Amino acid sequence: MAGSGTAHLRQPSETLLRIQNLVVDFPAGRGKKVSAVSNVSFDIASGETLGLVGESGCGKSTTGKAIMQLPRPTRGEVTLDGTDLCSLRGEQLRNTRPRLQMIFQDPISSLNPRRTVMQIVEEPLNIWKIGTPEERRLKVNEVLSAVGIDPEAAAERKPHEFSGGQCQRISIARAVITEPSVIICDEPVSALDVSVQAQILNLLEDMKARYGLTLVFIAHDLAVVKNISDRVAVMYLGKMCEIGNPDALYSAPAHPYTRALLAAIPLPDPNASLDTEHHLEGDLPSPISPPSGCRFRTRCPLAQDICAQVEPQMQHVTGDQYVACHFPLQAVSEVPVALTQ
Amino acid sequence: MSVQTPISGLPTPSGTPGAPKLLEVRDIVTRFTTDRGSLTAVNGVSLSLERGRTLGVVGESGSGKSVLSRSIMGLLPRSNTERSGQVIFEGKEISGLNDSEYRELWGDEMAMIFQDPMTALNPVMKVGLQITESLRFHLNMSKSDAKDTAVALLKAVKIPEPEKRFSSYPHEMSGGMRQRVVIAVALACGPKLLFADEPTTALDVTVQAQILDLLAEQQRERYMGIILVTHDLGVVAGRADEIAVMYAGQIVEQAPTALLFSEMKMPYTEALMAAIPKLTDASHTRLAAIGGRPPDLVNPPKGCAFSPRCPYVQPRCHEESPTLTPSPTAPEHLFACFYPIGSPETEEVRLRIAAQRLMATAPEFVAAPAKTPTPAEQSPVPAPPEQTEGM
Ligand SMILES: Nc1ncnc2c1ncn2[C@@H]1O[C@H](COP(=O)(O)OP(=O)(O)OP(=O)(O)O)[C@@H](O)[C@H]1O
Ligand SMILES: Nc1ncnc2c1ncn2[C@@H]1O[C@H](COP(=O)(O)OP(=O)(O)OP(=O)(O)O)[C@@H](O)[C@H]1O
Ligand code: SF4
Ligand code: SF4
Ligand SMILES: [Mg+2]
Ligand SMILES: [Mg+2]
Repeated sequence: MAGSGTAHLRQPSETLLRIQNLVVDFPAGRGKKVSAVSNVSFDIASGETLGLVGESGCGKSTTGKAIMQLPRPTRGEVTLDGTDLCSLRGEQLRNTRPRLQMIFQDPISSLNPRRTVMQIVEEPLNIWKIGTPEERRLKVNEVLSAVGIDPEAAAERKPHEFSGGQCQRISIARAVITEPSVIICDEPVSALDVSVQAQILNLLEDMKARYGLTLVFIAHDLAVVKNISDRVAVMYLGKMCEIGNPDALYSAPAHPYTRALLAAIPLPDPNASLDTEHHLEGDLPSPISPPSGCRFRTRCPLAQDICAQVEPQMQHVTGDQYVACHFPLQAVSEVPVALTQ
Repeated sequence: MSVQTPISGLPTPSGTPGAPKLLEVRDIVTRFTTDRGSLTAVNGVSLSLERGRTLGVVGESGSGKSVLSRSIMGLLPRSNTERSGQVIFEGKEISGLNDSEYRELWGDEMAMIFQDPMTALNPVMKVGLQITESLRFHLNMSKSDAKDTAVALLKAVKIPEPEKRFSSYPHEMSGGMRQRVVIAVALACGPKLLFADEPTTALDVTVQAQILDLLAEQQRERYMGIILVTHDLGVVAGRADEIAVMYAGQIVEQAPTALLFSEMKMPYTEALMAAIPKLTDASHTRLAAIGGRPPDLVNPPKGCAFSPRCPYVQPRCHEESPTLTPSPTAPEHLFACFYPIGSPETEEVRLRIAAQRLMATAPEFVAAPAKTPTPAEQSPVPAPPEQTEGM
């Protein structure tokens, strides 16, 4: 099937979170299904930030939620610190919840409007019964100060009395309060303007250093993703196209889709010529009946017959860069077939 | 790029030499009555636009970009709103028009593309009918002519299978397709002036590029003037002939695009640029966030509106408001600042801050514990006087 394989995964001992052959289908009526995520694999080392990019509808949020087991993936493994979350039940799964947190795009509507900011930030500690009331109060003050919100104002005020950027700070405080191992950030800065975006990105870096966090950072702005990520994974229509460190991936993309994404970025420089030659034409095909073989083939300028028949597997490019394409833009080193299966 | 599709049956207006400017706006002030007092959303904006040209309007959220477009188009709320100033469209003053006169103008002469394509389209009406409706109203087309033209328009905005899509409802289309339908609706009657208010903010980069390419192509073909509103300097850099930067309801810098980027004068424009993550920077490069937040438009600060956040602020900035004036070296470049980038005062501040930074960071090379640098230690733009928690 486009973009499967696990050649790019590291040794389990080197990673904190490992997603293997993740599949998420949604029922679409009349026996049909939406193939939202199909055989996606990636891993994240402790302290790393993995950026997840791709067009709207390619399955980024679904992947993020599947890691959280909300809902559980159709198939595949999500291993956190050696434990496969997909095999856990009831109480056992509940106990892992404080270790995984999520931050969403719309900061204002993701916070309960009827509670004070203090209560919102403290809530996870109450739910998981962490600490004594006094310890909780101290912790709330600590994280609020860390994100730059005055605890006194937070004690009285409700979310709508704060700006969008401040609400995103509050979401971050709430997410770090349980001292999670991993935070999944789903488009946390997409609704903010550039100046507030810069403040939040800097804050996330500070929080990472301070609380030793590992991040999955979902976004469609490639410059933002490059700024915050140690590795970037490119998805298309539920499949992985390419993964690697952003400096290599952006200067020498190996997948035609990565190149098209990069060509589409508007640069804040009037002298930069627009790369209209590599702009994508057409629309995303339906995930209910995705193209056979490589799912990108209906829009790929390099597609050949084989692309309709055989799904490309992940192959090593150089360093930590891997690509799933039959005709990659960079030379790949052959990996024995047995290893990719 | 694909072949351009001429659209049959549509007026393709052409410019006449010596004709008056397409749009001339003088000293627009728009105020809203709120429970906290009078809020000045647009505060004395003047601008002009020729046919075939694109003016980019950029600025932070709340700087007045949308209210400015609505003030020009006559789309302001009726109650609690106060507007003054002149809007001259093809030599005619239009700010005093009544509703039915405005309706003649909208669509026919000027059209608007809104940020959210879902709210701009009627959800319970087939997309084709949303186009034919305006063709029949403004151009008195027959039903079948209108339908042919609508299909041609859908094809021109690159909707696949336009005959079939004519009968689709908005929710049956992707976000990119819906925005193309919105553009088709806006272009239907061949407007001379198009307002595009964040036309691509809700869309992916790939779709954004398609939509902006499409707008540029239609502009060439129809010789439209476009006012492109966005908060993304990247979007306007490649697409606008001229850029106006707004802050707190005023234009604070305006210049032809290339000149604005090469000779930036306003500290605010510099700060906006510096806050953008650059593709050319290595990952984890600290971003130069602008400290503080935009001013309260009910109680604006005394003096320059940017003074509470400006790294180059001097005593005079707290007392007097700078006015938008042409640069002595390039009259087409306007800015409103007493101490523009490149003036002796700003250079002095730059040097002082660089020296402070050196002093502050030097001992840390010896005393090791790795700590994250504060924005002031790393940002290419000197930090503003007060780095507050607010935004
Ligand atoms: N609950 C659901 N039921 C049915 N289909 C769904 C559901 N959630 C997501 N999908 C579909 O799964 C696919 C992937 O959606 P997802 O939200 O993960 O994309 P995304 O990459 O996060 O996009 P965006 O950038 O727009 O947020 C889409 O085709 C979407 O319509
Ligand atoms: N009908 C209204 N009544 C009162 N205040 C309003 C009204 N419409 C807009 N404003 C205020 O006017 C100011 C300018 O708003 P405007 O929508 O023009 O900003 P903008 O630059 O378009 O921002 P964004 O980038 O977020 O779209 C804001 O402070 C806004 O709250
Ligand atoms: S060349 Fe073939 S395999 Fe590679 S992206 Fe294009 S269609 Fe897919
Ligand atoms: S230098 Fe003074 S006038 Fe110029 S932007 Fe700064 S505060 Fe305003
Ligand atoms: Mg999503
Ligand atoms: Mg607006």
